[in-house]
Amino acid sequence: MSIASPSTADPRLNALRAEVRAIESAGHLGTAGLLAFGIADIDERLAGGGLARGALHEVAGASASLTDDAAATLFAAGIAARLEGVVLWVLTRRDLFAPGLALAGLPPSRVIYAECRKDEDALAVTEEGLRHGSLAAVVAEVGRAGMTATRRLQLAAEDSGTAALLLRRWRSAADPLLVPSAAATRWRLACVPSEPLPTAGIGRPRWSIELVRQRGGPAHHWIMEGCDEAGRLACPVAPQHRTAAAGGTRAAA
Amino acid sequence: MPTARIPENTKERQQLLALRERLAEDAGLATEGTRTEDCSCPRGGGWRPGAGWANRQARQAEIDAMPAHQRPPMRMLGRRSEPAPPLQFPREGRGPGASPGAAMVDVDAPPLATTHRRGQRIVLAAVSPEAGALGLHPGMPATQARALVPELDLRDSDPEADAAFLARLALFAARRWTPAAAVSGADGVWLDLTGVTHLFGGEAAMCRRILRFCARLGFTARIAVAGTTGAAHALARFGAEAVTLCRNGGEADAIAPLPPAALRLGEPALSAARRFGIANVGELLAMPRGPLGRRFGQRTLERIDHALGRAGEPFQPIVPHEPPRALLRLLEPIATAEAIAQVLADLMALLVAQLERDGLAVRRLGLVCHRVDGEEQRLAVGTVSATRDAAHLLHLLSLKIERIEPGFGIEAMELVAVRSEPLRASQIGHDLGDVAAAPDLPPLVDRIAGRIGADRLFRVSAVESDVPERSLRNAGPLDEALDWPSGWPRPVRLLARPERVDKVIAELPDQPPLRFSWRGRTHRVRKADGPERIYGEWWARANEADAVRDYFQVEDEDGARFWLFRRGDGTDPRTGDLSWWMHGAMG
Repeated sequence: MSIASPSTADPRLNALRAEVRAIESAGHLGTAGLLAFGIADIDERLAGGGLARGALHEVAGASASLTDDAAATLFAAGIAARLEGVVLWVLTRRDLFAPGLALAGLPPSRVIYAECRKDEDALAVTEEGLRHGSLAAVVAEVGRAGMTATRRLQLAAEDSGTAALLLRRWRSAADPLLVPSAAATRWRLACVPSEPLPTAGIGRPRWSIELVRQRGGPAHHWIMEGCDEAGRLACPVAPQHRTAAAGGTRAAA
Repeated sequence: MPTARIPENTKERQQLLALRERLAEDAGLATEGTRTEDCSCPRGGGWRPGAGWANRQARQAEIDAMPAHQRPPMRMLGRRSEPAPPLQFPREGRGPGASPGAAMVDVDAPPLATTHRRGQRIVLAAVSPEAGALGLHPGMPATQARALVPELDLRDSDPEADAAFLARLALFAARRWTPAAAVSGADGVWLDLTGVTHLFGGEAAMCRRILRFCARLGFTARIAVAGTTGAAHALARFGAEAVTLCRNGGEADAIAPLPPAALRLGEPALSAARRFGIANVGELLAMPRGPLGRRFGQRTLERIDHALGRAGEPFQPIVPHEPPRALLRLLEPIATAEAIAQVLADLMALLVAQLERDGLAVRRLGLVCHRVDGEEQRLAVGTVSATRDAAHLLHLLSLKIERIEPGFGIEAMELVAVRSEPLRASQIGHDLGDVAAAPDLPPLVDRIAGRIGADRLFRVSAVESDVPERSLRNAGPLDEALDWPSGWPRPVRLLARPERVDKVIAELPDQPPLRFSWRGRTHRVRKADGPERIYGEWWARANEADAVRDYFQVEDEDGARFWLFRRGDGTDPRTGDLSWWMHGAMG
């Protein structure tokens, strides 16, 4: 926490950072723009103040369980839902349930699915979708993707300004995020117990969102409430601060 | 019937006599040559005229005398009468003598006629042979026809469909029989047979073949072959035979007995002919030309000239659509992918130029590579919308170049637009404030479909079903997709088939589980919501008549959210066995 966010450093450091970023992204970062989460707590930790659109982002569940995987899927769906346009969703398994995606803000009219047999096909189709340039985002569900493959995707995303979301799925006991990757950000999602409602029932899900790595910024960890019907996250309100924070953080979504 | 007449031929007579003697000896009877000559049966004890056994030996002898292949089979031996010939039905349209209009009348079929409106009246347009046999004819008022034949099946005529079919037939003829074919009027097809009949074995054989083809389609056709269009037209419609072959120069004689209407005359000329008492074309031809022109009009003279060949009458043949194609023959055989790609680019430029000239765009493109050894290598790519973008089509083909096996080399390559459509300008934006252009998805769809297969690229659309696994279907990648009703919790990961959940502790009838075990792990439920009751589709499946699923979403002590259901409503055992099943993860 002692590492200050980029905006508070001295101007020379900022200039150097901008220069390095320009070299790294070959000048394309600025053209595609940023996608902010709309939650100050997250956005101020991200380099540039939001997710870069023309970049590769990786999302994975914290464990091999289906529920963590579902949380990661919804997180990626929420990011794609907040971009405008058609999303290409590249599948390798047949367990995605489209009505569930529609609840996270991706109605069926916005998603085209491509079903691939192998990870290599899925990566090739993803790159094809990224290079096309008129899509809002390409979401690819893959198990294995090496440094070369992710580098290709990152370059394709930079060229076209299309967001690339790589949904890494657990195929074995190994954490897919331990493999090195060229992604701009890497996220790890887990379910955590949600806040009990005063009555019987079940409220908004709550996720542990871990930013494992980001280019040009430090890692971080948040507890957030899951996607609503427009794909937006929300900052949980601690019970003891309910009256004080009700106006600010909750509405920030 | 004398069964054993002794032949007059001396040699056979000798043989038979010898045979008969031997038979009589075998039977222990005395032989008397003179008597055997006169009578066919052995005289002796027990003989009486007409006895069956008495004739048997003689008949056997006669049979034995026959050559082996002429002997009757065993089952015919005791018969008195000859077997009837096998049943043979006359077949229509076979042979030159078959009467053209004499289709077989099926007494069981109801008489059929089509009608059309002429002025204020509805009259018959065409009648079936059954209806014709009952005295109905085209032009008769429909009410009169119905009064005559109460069971008459009257239908509306469809001239457009008839014309369309006739055009198809002419197109087929242009592809199959002769390069010059055209529709003639509402009921005929011109075929220019110049130089093609020898391919079908002569005029008569070709006509029979065409008649058989029409019979297979269910049509009664008539054909006339003549040196002039007018004579052929007249003989085909008014001639007596199904096939009329008119010799060259004999047109005037052939059409002489036909009525004047055969010459395609107008109604004034026909009424004038009736007034003059002219019954056939021959009388018309015999009239002097000058008065004929004055009385009947110049058009009649033209028609006579057309029929007699004094004036030519060209017709506009149908030209079958040829798919745009480009062919390149190579000086040296090529075998490398780079060379193929180079030739492909050249071919594409040629093809796109053709398409631009014709205003067409490609939906399906075929590539044929002719190899040195005579083999052909074929590739095909399809596009989801019509395009003539050379770069895009080249990219689609280049994805498949490695499937070409060049062998010893490719000496010619051909690119064919197998399916093409007219390409028109299309509106790209309809909103004044619409700055962002609509995404141009068809090229992307083509590329991805070319890589993984067209059926693996889809949208998911809603289906009106409450059962979750049946509530969606795959639609085309550019089709309209329907949304699901909102407000119902649905998991984002659905198990392909529900998995059994063990060790469930839950209160009946409608409480969520407190504890359950799934995939070897025990979950304690902290929060839950439900039930959402879903009934079986009793209207579609008999075994779901009473079935009920109660869905719950639950959260365990780690915050993991599941979607599980119980079979049965908890009170009525017919609705289910109260077993618990895991169906998905909510996240």
